[in-house]
Amino acid sequence: MTRYVLFAALGIAALAAPFQVYPILLMTILCFVVFAASFNLLLGFAGLLCFGHAMFFGTAAYIAGWLLKNTAITIELAFLAATLAMAVLGYLVGLISARRGGIQFAMITFAIAQFIYFLLLRAPFTGGEDGMQGIPRSALFGVINVSSSFTLYYLILAITVLAIAAVYRIVHSPFGEVLRAIRDNEARVDSLGFNPVQFKILAITLSAGLAGLAGAMKATVFQIATLHDVSWHVSGTIIFMTLLGGLGTLAGPVVGAALVVVLHDYLAHFGEWALIIQGSVFLAVILFMRQGIVGAAKALYRRVVVRS
Amino acid sequence: MSVAITTAAPTNPAPEGDYVLEARGLSKSFGGFHAVRNVDLKVKRGSIHALIGPNGAGKTTCFNLLSKILTPTEGQVLFDGQDITGLRSAQVARLGLVRSFQISATFPHLTCLENVRVALQSSYGIAYSFWRSLRALDSLNDRAMQLLAQVGLKAQADLLATELSYGKKRALEIATTLAMDPKVMLLDEPTAGMGREDVEPITDLIREVSPGRTILIVEHNLSVVANLCERITVLQHGEILTEGTYGEVSSNPDVITAYMGGVDDE
Repeated sequence: MTRYVLFAALGIAALAAPFQVYPILLMTILCFVVFAASFNLLLGFAGLLCFGHAMFFGTAAYIAGWLLKNTAITIELAFLAATLAMAVLGYLVGLISARRGGIQFAMITFAIAQFIYFLLLRAPFTGGEDGMQGIPRSALFGVINVSSSFTLYYLILAITVLAIAAVYRIVHSPFGEVLRAIRDNEARVDSLGFNPVQFKILAITLSAGLAGLAGAMKATVFQIATLHDVSWHVSGTIIFMTLLGGLGTLAGPVVGAALVVVLHDYLAHFGEWALIIQGSVFLAVILFMRQGIVGAAKALYRRVVVRS
Repeated sequence: MSVAITTAAPTNPAPEGDYVLEARGLSKSFGGFHAVRNVDLKVKRGSIHALIGPNGAGKTTCFNLLSKILTPTEGQVLFDGQDITGLRSAQVARLGLVRSFQISATFPHLTCLENVRVALQSSYGIAYSFWRSLRALDSLNDRAMQLLAQVGLKAQADLLATELSYGKKRALEIATTLAMDPKVMLLDEPTAGMGREDVEPITDLIREVSPGRTILIVEHNLSVVANLCERITVLQHGEILTEGTYGEVSSNPDVITAYMGGVDDE
C-alpha cells in the first residue's frame, strides 16, 4: 500500500517538475537514470562489470544525431534505430567478452570502448573534437511537436518509465532468475545444464540497447553528440552513479543518477573543488553505506519496521 | 544383475552390464604432476558408491573429470554406455549426470524456492524469455515446494539461501540437484565441514533420495561411507588402491597403511 502511495507521489512530482525546475536538468537526470539502469542490469543482476559502457551511450548519440540531421526520420524511430544498433554492438561485444569474468571482462570492455572512441574521433561524420552539433528535435510520430524542452521532457519521461519497466521485467523474468543465479554462482548454473555464456551475451545485448536508448535521448536533449559521451570518464561516472545509488536494486540507479547530476550542477561553480567534494561523497558512501543509498535505506526500513 | 535397465542408451543398443558410469584409463596431469593416473572405475546402476582416499589422493580431480569440469589428459568417461569424454559439464547435466560441489553451492541471494526453480527451469525451455513475467514459472512452484519439503525446507521457501544454516544449505543444494531428476548424482563431500548434529540428517537424506538413482560420493568421513555405501573405491597417489565393500576395504592392509599417520582417522 505504502508502495503505491510512494509511486503516485513520485508520478505527480515527475509530472509537475518542469514547472519548477529547468527541464534540461530534469532530462539530463532521466537520460542518466536509463543509462545507470542499463549498467545496473549487468553489474547488479549479472555480476558483470562493464568498464566501457559509454561506448553504447556515446555511439548511440551519434547514430540518433546523424539520422535526425540527415534524414527525415521521426524522433521515436531515431531512438529505436539507435537502440537496435547498440543491441547489435552489445551482442558483438558479448561474443568477445562474455567468456571472461571479473577484471578480465572489465578490461576487455574497456579496450573495446577505447577502440570505438578513437574510431569515432577519426570518423568523418562525427565532427571530431567539435562534436556533432545542431541535432534537430524532429516531431514525434511526425505530428507531435517536441521541439521545446518543456514538451520534450514529457516524451523523455515517458520513455524513461518504459525503460525502467523493461528492466524490471527483465530482472523478474524466467531469464532474470537464471541471470541472478549466474551472478551468485556461475559454476553451479553450468552444472545444472545451462550455458551461462549465452545468458551473459543476451544480458549484454539488452543492457547495451538500453544504454543506447539513453544516449539517443541525450542527443536530442542537448542537440549535440560529443566524444565526451564515449569517453571513459562517462563509463566511470555511470559506475559511480550505480554504486552510489545501490547495486542490484531497481531504485538505486534512479537515486544515484539523480544525485550525481544534481551534485554536478550544483557544484559547477566550485570549479576544481567539485571533484573533491564528489570524491568525498563517494568515499563516505563506500565506507558507511556499502549497499549504496537505496540499500542502506532498505536495511534501515527493515530494521525499524520489522523490529517494531 | 537383478537391477532392471530402464533406459537404453540411444547410441549403444547393448549397454555393457549394468554400469551406468564408467571411467576407462582416466588420467589427468597438471604440468608434470599426475593427479590421476590410469583410473578404471565402474559404478553400478542403482548403487551408492564411494570414492575415498587420503588427502591429495586425487579424489576431487577424479570427480571433476567424471562431471566434465576438467578434461582428461587420457582416457574415456562413459555414461549410460555413451562416450561423454568430449561433452561439456552443462551437456552431461542435461543427460542426467549432475554434481554437487564441495563448497556449498547455493545461490545466496535467491530464495530457496528460486534456487530449486532455477534447476527446474533447465528442462522447462523458457529460460531465455526475458519479456515474460515470473508468473510464467508458477507451474514449477508445486514441484519446487515438493522438493523443498523432501529435504525439510518447506517452511524456509521464501528465505534467501544466505540466511540458512550450513547444514540446511547442503539440504537445499541436494534439493536443487534432485530437481534435475538425475540418473546419477555426484556428491562432493556432502558432509564436509559439518557438525555431528548435521551429518546424520544429511546421510539419511542421501539414503532417502537414492532409490531409482545412482550416487557416487567423495567423502572424508568414513563413518558416513560405512553406513551408506555399498561399494567403495580407494584412491592413493592418483591411482586405485583397491575396491570392495566397506568390510573388505577397511581390512585391507594397504588401505590401513595409506590412512596411517592420522590423515583422516574419524
